[in-house]
Order: sequence, then C-alpha cells, then structure tokens
Amino acid sequence: MAEATYLTLADLERRDEFAGRHIGPAPAELPGMLETIGAASLDALIDETVPAAIRHGDSAPFDALPGPATEHEALSRLKAISARNRVLKSLIGMGYHDTLTPKVILRNVLENPGWYTAYTPYQAEVAQGRLEALLNYQQMVMDLTGMPLANASLLDEATAAAEAMAMARRICKSRSNVFFVDEHCFPQTLDVVRTRAAYFGFELRVGPAESAPAADAFGALLQYPDDRGEVADLSDVIAALRAQGAVTAVAADLMALVLLKSPGAMGADIALGSSQRFGIPMGYGGPHAAFFACRDEHKRSVPGRIIGVAIDSRGRPALRMALQTREQHIRREKANSNICTSQVLLANMAGMYAVWHGPAGLAAIAERIHRLAGILAAGLESAGRPASTRRYFDTLRIDCGGAADAVLAAALAAGFNLRPVSRTQVAVAVNETTTREDVDSLLRILTGRHHDIDALDRVACEKDCLAPLRRADAILAHPVFNRHHTEHGMLRYLKRLQNRDLALDHSMISLGSCTMKLNAVAEMIPITWPEFANLHPFVPADQALGYREMIDQLAGWLAAITGFDAICMQPNSGAQGEYAGLVSIRRYQAAHGQGHRDICLIPRSAHGTNPATAQMCGLKVIVVDCDERGNVDVADLKARADEHAENLCCMMITYPSTHGVFEEAAREMCRVVHACGGQVYMDGANLNAQVGLTSPGFIGADVSHMNLHKTFAIPHGGGGPGMGPIGLKAHLAAHAPGHAVVRMGGPNAGQGAVSAAPWGSASILPISWMYIAMLGREGLRRATRTAILNANYVAARLADHYPVLYAGARGRVAHECILDVRAIKAATGIAEIDIAKRLMDYGFHAPTVSFPVAGTLMVEPTESESRAELDRFVAAMIAIREEIRRIERGDWPADDNPLKRAPHTQADLADEPWRRPYSRKEACFPLPWVAENKFWPAVNRIDDVYGDRNLFCACPPPADYAA
Amino acid sequence: MNIPAELKYARTHEWARVEADGTVTVGITDHAQEALGDIVFLELPDVGRRVKAGEECAVVESVKAASDIYAPVGGEIVAANLDAVDAPETVNQDAYATWLFRIRPDEASALDGLLDAAGYARVAEEA
Repeated sequence: MAEATYLTLADLERRDEFAGRHIGPAPAELPGMLETIGAASLDALIDETVPAAIRHGDSAPFDALPGPATEHEALSRLKAISARNRVLKSLIGMGYHDTLTPKVILRNVLENPGWYTAYTPYQAEVAQGRLEALLNYQQMVMDLTGMPLANASLLDEATAAAEAMAMARRICKSRSNVFFVDEHCFPQTLDVVRTRAAYFGFELRVGPAESAPAADAFGALLQYPDDRGEVADLSDVIAALRAQGAVTAVAADLMALVLLKSPGAMGADIALGSSQRFGIPMGYGGPHAAFFACRDEHKRSVPGRIIGVAIDSRGRPALRMALQTREQHIRREKANSNICTSQVLLANMAGMYAVWHGPAGLAAIAERIHRLAGILAAGLESAGRPASTRRYFDTLRIDCGGAADAVLAAALAAGFNLRPVSRTQVAVAVNETTTREDVDSLLRILTGRHHDIDALDRVACEKDCLAPLRRADAILAHPVFNRHHTEHGMLRYLKRLQNRDLALDHSMISLGSCTMKLNAVAEMIPITWPEFANLHPFVPADQALGYREMIDQLAGWLAAITGFDAICMQPNSGAQGEYAGLVSIRRYQAAHGQGHRDICLIPRSAHGTNPATAQMCGLKVIVVDCDERGNVDVADLKARADEHAENLCCMMITYPSTHGVFEEAAREMCRVVHACGGQVYMDGANLNAQVGLTSPGFIGADVSHMNLHKTFAIPHGGGGPGMGPIGLKAHLAAHAPGHAVVRMGGPNAGQGAVSAAPWGSASILPISWMYIAMLGREGLRRATRTAILNANYVAARLADHYPVLYAGARGRVAHECILDVRAIKAATGIAEIDIAKRLMDYGFHAPTVSFPVAGTLMVEPTESESRAELDRFVAAMIAIREEIRRIERGDWPADDNPLKRAPHTQADLADEPWRRPYSRKEACFPLPWVAENKFWPAVNRIDDVYGDRNLFCACPPPADYAA
Repeated sequence: MNIPAELKYARTHEWARVEADGTVTVGITDHAQEALGDIVFLELPDVGRRVKAGEECAVVESVKAASDIYAPVGGEIVAANLDAVDAPETVNQDAYATWLFRIRPDEASALDGLLDAAGYARVAEEA
C-alpha cells in the first residue's frame, strides 16, 4: 500500500474546511480555468498579474497571521472572548438606549440573507422590496419629525449633525462663518461637529440654546430633549434664528417624538437623530441608522440617498433612488457630502419596528418609558430629593450630594449602569426594556427605601410634565403602519418584500469595486449574541474586556495584512475612513508646521468619494491624468507634484486601480509624492486583490482605509452598514481620531472624533474577526489568488464578445475587469444600461454600470463564486451578445427588442395579445436553466426622468398600488 | 451638429447672443443638452448677482449628470428664465430657443474672447 492512503489526524480534523466553502472553484476545476485563461499555473497567472516589484516577500508581517480554524472552533473561541463582556442594564442614555428587537424582525430581516446580502439599490427593478421598506422608513421619519422630506439614513447621529452644519452653509445666504451649537448637545455630537467645522473653516460657538440668535450664525444645532434630559419648546429660538436667515437643525430623540411636539411644528429647517432605539441593539456603538429630514425647498441640498416614487414603463408606481446627481459618485468634489454607504439594513429594521408596532403600539412604548421616568421622579420627590431635570421624557439628572460615586457603585452592584455626570450628579435614562421592578430597585438605591410603585404611578399620571409640549397631530396614519400587526401578517409582508429583491441568496452579484463575496452564516452568528449586542458604547471599560480583546486581535491581524503600524476602528464607512485618514494627515502636517499644505492629487479614475472627502478636509483637488492604458500618467503626476510641491498635502490613490489593473508604477508614485513632502492615502476599495500578495504599507502608503464590508465579509445590508477602519504608519498614528467621552488609550486620546462611537460600528467587527480566524493565513492568500483567477476567467471567456478595456503589462486584469460596450452602442443603440436590465431577465444583478468609464460594465466576480456560477453568468452575457447581433442584423427593431424592453415582468408574460417581435419565451426564459429558478423583477424599466422631475418621497396613497 | 452661425460660444458649451439693448442672453448648446440627456432640473442665478467671466453661476441636472454653467462674460445678471425652470425639458427640445439667463456685460467688447460657430464645432467634435 502506498503511504498516501493514510490520512493523519491533522488531515481528518480539516482545520481549513472553511476555505473550501468560502472559495468557489474547487482545486480540480483550476486546470480547466487556467487553460481557458491561457496560463500555465495559478502561480504563473499571479506572476503575470501582480508586478514583482510590489510583491511582499515571505518575511512580511502577513506570515505571522494564525492558521485556519473550523467554524465551530472559531465560534467557541469568540464565545469565550465575548464572555469577558459583562451585560448590565445600561441606563446611560446619551443617544443609546436598550431596546427590544421584535423577534419577527430579528429573524426575518437582521438574520436573513435575503435582506443582509443585498447591494445598494441602484438596480431598482430588482430592489423594490427594500426600496419600499426604506420608503416606509422615510415616511416614519417625516411623521415623527413633522418634516415634509426625509432621506434613507445617514451613518450616526453625530455625523448627521455635522452634515446638517454643512447643509446649513449650502442653503443659508448669510455671510456669517459661525455655526452655533447648543451646549447641551450630546458631547460626542459636539466632538464630531467640532472636527468637521475645523476643516470646513467654520467658527464654532457653543452656548445655551436661548443664546443662539445672539451668535449671528449661519446655522444652529439644538438638542431635543437635551443632554440633561430637559424638554423645552424651541419655537421662539427657532423663530428668532429664522428671522435672521439662519438655518436651525434639531437633533431629536425619535421615541420622544412619538409624544412630543415635532421639530417641524416648532419651525426647524432640519431634524436629525438616531433611530437606534427603534429595535436596533446598542452593539457597543453601532451600527445604527441616523435619520435626517428637512423642508421640501431644501431637497437638493440633502446629503445621502433619498428614495422616491417614479413610474415604470407600464405606468405603474415604482421606487428608485432619486436625485443621485447630488451625490459624490456623480458630483465629486461638488457633492453635498462624501457619504456613500449608509445604514440601509438598520433603517429597514427601524422602519419595520414602526410597521410592527403601529402608532398605538409605539405610543404605548413611549408612554411607558415616560411613565417609568415619571414614577422615578415622583419617588425621588416624595423622598425630598427631587431630580434636577424639570421637564423630561425619559432622562433625569439626580443630585446625590457628594456621593455620586457611591450611588454609581450601588447601582452597579444591583446590575445597573447609570451615567456619571459629576461628583454630585448622576443621570438615569429609562428605556423600552426597563421594568417596574427596575424602577423599584433604582428608588431603593437612590432614596434608601421602598416605594409603592402603583401609588407613584397615580402621582406621575396626574402630574404630566410634558402636557404643554405633547403633539396633537396624528402620526403613522398610512395603512402600512396599521396593517401588519399579527405575526403572520408581518412575516408575510417581510417575505413579500424580500421576494422582490435580488440578493446573494439568489445569484452572484458581480459588482465591480464592491466585492460581493460570501457572507458566511458563521460570521454573522456572533453579532446577535447579547454579550456583543447589548453593550452601551459608554459602559465602564471593565465591562467591555471581551470587546477590547476582540478589537485588539482584529486590529493586529488587519495591521499584518495591510502592513501598517496602527489601526483606528472608528470610521463606520469607507468614505468615513477616507475622511479620518485625510484628517490624520492634516493634523500630522499641522503639528510639524506644514498646516498650509492644502493640495490633494487625485487620479481621474478615482472613486467620487475621494474628491468629495478631500473637499470636506479643506483641500483643493488637482486631477492627475491617466494614459491610454488606464494607468495613472506618472509624468503628469510628477509635473503636478512638482508644480504644487510647496503646498502638496497628499495624493489619494486606489490600488489595484479602479480600472482593475495592478499598475507597475505604484511604488514610484508614492516616492514622487513623498519627495515633494506629501503623504499617500490609499483607497482600500480594492484591497481584496492585495491580501497576502502585497499591502498598502509595503507599496508605500502612509494611511489607508479597509472596507470591512467588501474585503472582510461584512454583508452590504442592501446599502449599509459598512465599516472603514484605517491603518496608519507610525508617524500618523498619534493623529488618528480620539473620542470625547471614552478614553481611547494610546497617543491619540485627545484628538477630536470623526464618528459618534469610539470604535464605530463595533458589533459587526466579529464578522471580520470570524472571516480571518476561519480562513487563516493560507486561506486568505488563496482567496486573493482565486479572486484574480475568477476575474481573468470571466475576462477570457467574454473577450470575444465584449472587449476588455484595460489590462496590465502582461495582458492580465486584476480582480475585476471592464467590458467595453461603447462600440456596440454606436453600432446598435444598445447601451450598457440595456444589458444591465436584460441580465435581470436571466436572473442576474448587473455589474457596475458606467464606472469608472462611461459606456462600460465592470465585473468583479470575487473568489466566492464557483466555476458553475461564473459559467452561468458568462452564458447569460454571451446570449445577450447574440441578441444584440440579431438587432445588428435587423431581426429585431432597434427600439422593440428584448434588451430595450428589459426587464420583463409577469405582467408582460400575461399580455394579451402579444405584439412583440420576439416570443414570450425569449422575453422571460431566454436560456433553459432560467426557468429552474426564475427571478421576476417586480416592475418594468423605471422612468428615471419622470422620477426626478416629479419628486415624491413618501408612501404613496394605497390606491396607487391598485392600478 | 446644430450650431447656429449667428451665435457666439464658450468652450464650456454655453451659447451667447448680444441683444439690441446690449445685454447678453446665455443658454447651453444643442451638443451639451445631447450629452447631458433628459434634463430634470435647472438652478439659475439670482437677478442682480454680479459674475465674472468664467464664473460658475448655474447648474443643469439630468438623471445621470450635473453640469455647471459658466458665465461667458462678466457683468450683472439682469434676468433668469423661470419658464425653463418650470419645464426643464424645453432645453432638450430646443436648446437655442430656451435661454437660461441674461447678463449686462461690464465691457461691450466682452464677447470678443468667445468662439464663432466654426470654432465651437471643432471644440464639440473633440469632446
């Protein structure tokens, strides 16, 4: 017998089993794929693709990463780490409140790949489900804030406040450079607004709300209820500001607004805040959706995405993202904001929380929270120690003599986290999970004796401190908030919406630059463990030791992968990472007497977020040309860098390039910029092609963000959450963001923050931890190599049908490829968008359309797609090319063919009589396997022009759907 | 390509016409509206605003693009076409009939730096 028939125990343990699940092509399929590509081996393909000069050697920090683990091993290790977190009842408030996630939403949205693996709804015809959910969210926000227009979420309350400041500057005609902030805004909000104001060049003035009109500002930010818990009628202040032409933004608590007079009714121009307490776990800081609403006349100045109602080609209502031209991917440095990814999954959960509870259910929750606060207040008063907050919704500040520490300690011993305010004061914020027993315990701690809760209930009921400020208008009157209150009803509504959306649970999503890889279930499991989900971001450090350990390990691994010295976890999206990176550069330069440097070089091919971010950092964008091969023109780069050497702040560069090529000159570009005194920011969008082969730090970047939601398996959530931590070289590390509330430790403790929470959306970090732990060093490298293999395989198979626009020096693409449709368009009138829509009839989501080159499609298959799935996609693309040839031959008219009329719906199939030059089968079942798993787009081609000319961003009257 | 001979043009795809009262009427060229596609929104300058030649003073938005409009001459904005704001599709229908704004130029010779139809035709072909 040959020795090879014996398997060792180590073989049988299959520690690397996860790689075989995560990586699509089986080892046995590689020779065939390589033959198609024309490469001798995978090693040879990688050598031909990745320039030798940028490959890091075997002694790179990457090789210190651990080996692989099975999902059971990794989960049990992480479980042990999570057990070091202590879950107490946190009554800290400050914009984060414990909440009860309805289980029907938990399982059918948050834990459901049909919702969490979807992409941003750019292809609206296959995204009608989450677009409807987002429209519900907008309607809910409009109702509660009393504003006529709301967007589909921002990243967190603090950045939403900063966006409100920037928007106020855009819409206010005043010449003032002052922005006023209520001194009783949440401290983390003030911190982020302060950071943003510094680089916009605004002067910040902080004071009591009533002094706002005296500041002669272009805008003001007020908090309602404020940080002390006080609820005040802001109408007079807002009216005075308005009389001056100033813009008022009100940061509000969504649960309080269920009962209170709305910001809109008080005259506010903008309302914003967090929708976390609508069923989203606190998660040690995130992810949560921030809401943002404004007056109708300012709709074109709103940051972020807005869902609008348009019509499809059959005239039926159809939803889409409206007014996209305001956004960074089109408007670049003139965009309203750099925001790209928002918080779609969390916004949808919050909207569904309102759908599930309805107006009466929400009123009961809000009233109960307020009542328990009232009982607490009545108990304190009866004991002769009245709270210092006079008119409250849920938060009381309580004087403890000099004994605040003793009260905090007693509360801690009883299982409660209260907020330490000062040596003499603590604060208590009641939430949805708080019970009468909790209030009883708190009163014992605070007053030293037992109280009759029912008796206090009667007192609180009679003495309603909110009476003068209660809202009189009806909220959530639309049928969607009044229809789905049984669990069957809700279950079926969620399923109905899910069925309209094409996500990774149906087929591959080959979006270039977006890395739609597998989001494994084992990676997702830990995020709902109470030890990760139920921590308030401002709990004492000794309750978050598990988080600390998990974050430190993940940071260490990310540093090894990226070749950086330090990792900052705070940015909660890629665009936020860019911002944090540029801010770190500017702080470093200012600390070295180079604060005047304000020029940012950006290649023409860059993502729109790059110039948008540079603008937010007070930098002037100088565009660097690309050559005809799609590479950065190094001669032009040198010329621009030399020309601006005195003032060169940095270059922003994406690697591999947005053209899907490993440029040979990457290290030279870094040297050019460094020689002129500039820093190099590397956009991490394409990091998936680098892991284990090279790294931003090795290539020469000083700072770079990582899209954990691309490269490190956090799902896209239908348009968020994302996470964009940055890696920094040692000299920049001390200039990374800090936090005003939580001491971050390390050298950056005193620096201003860029996000509301100290570690961003901490509760989704376990996803990336699991991904790295399970794949291990070799699995990660194999994933990268396979991503390159898959992209070259698709390019090779499609090259005869669609020219591949750019390739590297030896003819290879990196991890994605650009298919050029411009010649087809010129010859037939069939455009890239027609191919994108036609792919829906075959059951596929389109690749990236017209980025980074107009008239093209960019395909990124990722390592997670099997050869069979790639072949299906290729077969669909070739079949579509054949359809185009029939149009070229004149078989079908240029304006009446399966492409121009794509996508096809069940309504088309049922058309009587059928009057098209192609058959029903050609329309709906164009290849034999399509019928096996047919995806039906819910609507026909959407009329974008109608939607932008007739903007309507609320839930349409139900009669509209009946048509 | 539709480039009327009697108009003057900026490289940035605006057309300009001197009126009998000396003011200059400005719009975007047919080539520009074609490139933008279906126009959905116009943002025009306030009357009374002073602009320099080459200054951004209006925005034209289609579904897929947003484009700044630059003042071809320096001067004072004396009129803006609010009918076009209400019906932006008229720019697509006839880019030369749908003017956007009028400027009273600071100097009578301000138009001398602009292109004639033949010159603009070359610019448009390159673009």
